Amino acid sequence: MKTLDLHKKAKELRRTIFRTICKGGGGHTPSSLSIVEILTVLYYNILNISPENQRDSARDRFILSKGHSCVALYAILADRGFFNKEDLDTFGRKGSILGGHPDMYKVPGIEASTGALGHGFPFGAGIALAGKMDKKNYRVFVLLGDGECQEGSVWEAALFAPQHKLDNLTAIIDYNKLQAIDWLDNVISLKPLADKWKAFGWETREVDGHDMTELNNVFKSVPFVSGKPNLIIAHTIKGKGISFMENVPIWHYRMPNEEEMAIAYKELGLEGS
Amino acid sequence: MRNAYLDELYDLARKDEDIIALVADNGAIVYDKYRRDFPSRFINCGISEANMISLAAGLASCGKIPFAYTIGCFLTMRAFEQIRNDLCLQRMNVKIVGIGAGFVYSSLGPTHHATEDITLIRSLPNMTIFSPVDPLETKKATIASAQIDGPVYLRLATGGTPKIYKEDYEFKVGCGVTLRDGTDIAIIATGGIVYEVLKAVDELERLGISARLINIHTIKPIDKEIILKAAHDTGAILTVEEHTIIGGLGSAVAEVLLDNKSSVKFKRLGLNNVFASGYGSYEEMKEINGLSKMDIVEVVKKMIKN
Repeated sequence: MKTLDLHKKAKELRRTIFRTICKGGGGHTPSSLSIVEILTVLYYNILNISPENQRDSARDRFILSKGHSCVALYAILADRGFFNKEDLDTFGRKGSILGGHPDMYKVPGIEASTGALGHGFPFGAGIALAGKMDKKNYRVFVLLGDGECQEGSVWEAALFAPQHKLDNLTAIIDYNKLQAIDWLDNVISLKPLADKWKAFGWETREVDGHDMTELNNVFKSVPFVSGKPNLIIAHTIKGKGISFMENVPIWHYRMPNEEEMAIAYKELGLEGS
Repeated sequence: MRNAYLDELYDLARKDEDIIALVADNGAIVYDKYRRDFPSRFINCGISEANMISLAAGLASCGKIPFAYTIGCFLTMRAFEQIRNDLCLQRMNVKIVGIGAGFVYSSLGPTHHATEDITLIRSLPNMTIFSPVDPLETKKATIASAQIDGPVYLRLATGGTPKIYKEDYEFKVGCGVTLRDGTDIAIIATGGIVYEVLKAVDELERLGISARLINIHTIKPIDKEIILKAAHDTGAILTVEEHTIIGGLGSAVAEVLLDNKSSVKFKRLGLNNVFASGYGSYEEMKEINGLSKMDIVEVVKKMIKN
C-alpha cells in the first residue's frame, strides 16, 4: 500500500478505535492510539497474514504483548476481514467476542491471549524457535509496551533470543514514555533503552513510530543482521491524534465526557458520529 | 522415578519428532543420552522458569510438544502465572515436569521443597495432574501425558523410589488404585509417601487393624467413585500427603466427600500450616515432620478408637 493510502487507513483506524471504545464504555484509548501507524504498516505492507492463511503454519505471526491495546488490533483485523466490522460495536458487551484483552479462541487473527504483561514476548520467542527448528521462513513480530519492559520475564526472553540466534524475531517497543499513572522516568526509567538491548545482543534501530515511511523501511529490512534478533524502538506519543489525551497520564483508562468526546470526534474527523 | 521419566521421554522423542525437552539449568548427566541423540530438541532455557513456560506455550502453538522440566517448586511457583495464562487459559499442549516433590530434597531446605504445588496447580482449569508413586507408574504417567492434548503437570519425587507395581500394572487416567484392601479404615495417599503408608498398613495389619490403601496417581481429575466407595465401605478416611494439608490431596478428597453429603470420619495428615522443618535424610525428614510409618499408625489407631 502506498504511503498516501496508509495515511488514510491510519486516520480511519483512529476513528474506529475511538468510536469502538466509546460505544463499549471503556478501554485503553491512548495506548491504542500510539500504535496505530505501527499496526497499519505491519498489517498492510509487511505481514504475510490474511483471513485465508490464518491457519497456515507458514504464516507470519504478530503478537500484541501489550494486550491492553487490543482495540487497535481489533480495528485492523476487522478492516482486514478477519471478522465482521459490526462486531466492533459489541466491544466489551455481553456476548461479544471482543473483550478488554484479546482472546485467541474468540477472535480470529489473534495469535495469543495476552493481557498480563511480559507473556506475549517469550511466547513469540517460542514461535520463532519453532520456526528455526522446522526451517520455516515465517517471521514473528511482537509489540511490547515500554512500561511492560519493567517485567522481569521480558529480560529473560531478551537473554534467550540472541543465544538461539532468533533473527526471525522482531520486538517492537511502543516507546511512548508513559505508563499507567506516570512518566516512566518518574517511576522506573528504561534509559538508556537502546543500549540495554544492544548489550543483550539485539540488533537495534530507533524510529519515529508515527512515520510510516520510516516504519515501512525498518520493517522491510529485518533481519538487520543475520543471526541476531531485531529490536525496534518506536518513539510514539501516547494518545496520538486526540490533543487533550496526548501525553497526559490520566487518560490511560478514562472515558471522555460528552464535551471532550465532541472535541475528540472533531479532531479525528468524525463529526456527527 | 526420575530415570523412569527420562527413559520414557527418550522413547517418546524417538517416535515423535515434535517432542522437545526444555530444562531450566538442570538434568546434568541424566539427560546425556537424550542430548546426544536429539541435540536440536533439547533446550536449556537457563535459570528462567517464567521464560521457559511462555516459550513452551509458543512452541506448542506451532505443534510442538514441550516437556518443561525443573525442580517442582520453582516450576509451579515462580512460573505460576505463565502456567495459568499461557498453558491453561490458552489450552497449550505443554507438559510441565516437576522434580523433587514434597521434601525429598530434604537437607536443601524449604526453598527447594514442593509442598504447596498441588494446591496451586489443582486450582487451574484445563490442567491434568499426575503424581505417580514408583518407576513403573511414572513411565505410564509419562506416556499418558503425551497422549493428552493439553497441559499436564507431572509431579515426580526423584531417584531411588522403591518399586510398588508389577509389570502387568494397568494405569488408567483419573482412576485411583486400591493397593491394599481393608475394612476398618481407608488411607488415601499420593506420590512418594505412598510407600511409607504401605509400610504403615502392614504394621496396622499386625495390630489387627484392616486398612485399605488407595493410591491417587491422578490428582486432577480425581477419582470420586473410589473415594465415596471407601467412605461407604470403611466409615473412616485418612489422607496422607507429603504436602500442605491446605488445598492439597486431603482437601481434594474432602471436597468429594462433602459435595456428596458424606459424614465419614475424616482426617488429613500432612504439613499442617507449616513448612517442612529439619535437615537430614529423606527418612529422617519423614520422622521430623510427622509422616513416618509409626506416625501414620498412631493417627489411625486414634481414629479407630474414637
